[in-house]
Amino acid sequence: MGGGVVNAIDVTVNGRSYSELVEPRLLLSDFLRHTLGLTGTHVGCEHGVCGACTVRLDGTAVRSCLLLAVQADGTSIETIEGLAANGDLHPLQEAFRRHHALQCGFCTSGILMAAADLLESRDTVPTRGEIVDMLAGHLCRCTGYEPIVDAIADVAGSS
Amino acid sequence: MKPVPFTYIRAESAEHVVETLRAHGDEAKILAGGQSLLPALNMRLVRPGVLVDLNFATGLDGITEENGSLRIGALVRQATAQRSELVRTGCPLLAESLPLVGHVVTRNRGTVCGSIAHADSAAELPLALVALGGEVVTSRRAVPAAEFFLTHFTTTLEPDELVVATSWPRLGPGWAGALEEFAVRHGDFALASAACVLHVEDARVADARLAVGSVTARPELVEASPLVGHAVDVESARGVAATVARSIDPSPNLHGSPEYRRRLIEVLVERVIARAWAAAS
Repeated sequence: MGGGVVNAIDVTVNGRSYSELVEPRLLLSDFLRHTLGLTGTHVGCEHGVCGACTVRLDGTAVRSCLLLAVQADGTSIETIEGLAANGDLHPLQEAFRRHHALQCGFCTSGILMAAADLLESRDTVPTRGEIVDMLAGHLCRCTGYEPIVDAIADVAGSS
Repeated sequence: MKPVPFTYIRAESAEHVVETLRAHGDEAKILAGGQSLLPALNMRLVRPGVLVDLNFATGLDGITEENGSLRIGALVRQATAQRSELVRTGCPLLAESLPLVGHVVTRNRGTVCGSIAHADSAAELPLALVALGGEVVTSRRAVPAAEFFLTHFTTTLEPDELVVATSWPRLGPGWAGALEEFAVRHGDFALASAACVLHVEDARVADARLAVGSVTARPELVEASPLVGHAVDVESARGVAATVARSIDPSPNLHGSPEYRRRLIEVLVERVIARAWAAAS
């Protein structure tokens, strides 16, 4: 049932408008990677546990493997490719480099998108504990997390 | 790990959802926040013919106060409820439960009512709603929370019935609640969980509600009457906790034997009684 049926969607990704035809079962993560070729969004577990596929949907960090592309119709999405505006690294990216907050880098794009949301969606400075709490939703098997916490805390100005 | 093909229907209203469910029966599945449904779809544990997307429906995203309760609409995200001043002041037990649900990013999308309708026996929000004596408001009736949950992932919802809101009683003066869980990692499903709501009058317990989760097939109210009429001290809290622990029969789990989980419940029940007492006194 439903095989071959496609829906037309209009989305803005990193400031650029796209009109595409999608099968209802196409995940947003696969739409970004395969349809639009934006492979900076990584796919780890495909069931919402690892956090690698995190993007921002109308400003809010979400798991792109837990959304259907058809649900993104009419929204504005930001992926890791949109974080470095005009080719200048985002302050979070600079801090990740300074603090050696990545090794293999597989989890990094998801963490950066969630961290950007954490810093921009609130007026108060997140505590180190709140940064750790956010990172509980992101699996990194290389760094041991401390440099990641340090990098985000550095940009946030956390004590 | 891709969902099976299905027909996607974007619902415009609660009525539209019900009409669609009526037309498709058991073939149809409602998609709200999707933080439990999408993993199940991706793993093909669920193979619906029709997916009814609630996310574009109007009039379901309000948090309002009516008749002494907070009414939380079907599309209120867990993160929105967590930030709500009305939730923080009107239903502290819900406010304290929300940070335990999944992670920051999953709460951005997951809904309060979706967690209730999904009815995972290890989930925090069903336990809190049962402990508070809240209600599930559906497209056709209001169901007391303790009657809504039947067993694992199973509720009294009919195939053509939609949860439109949940109703969380606002506790009056002298009332307080507490919820505790033990999970291997923060954000994981709990191995054991417990919640307590007490009404304290003249330094004695006037009313007590106690519920456990994770170790039972649904959030379950357990015997709290020995607390009533007395002040709570370490001994009485321990006594009730020991009785509760003896009354349950947890299944073994990858991370804990039945004995271990029974011991966890004993500790958690003692803690929630002590915390609710301290907060209500």
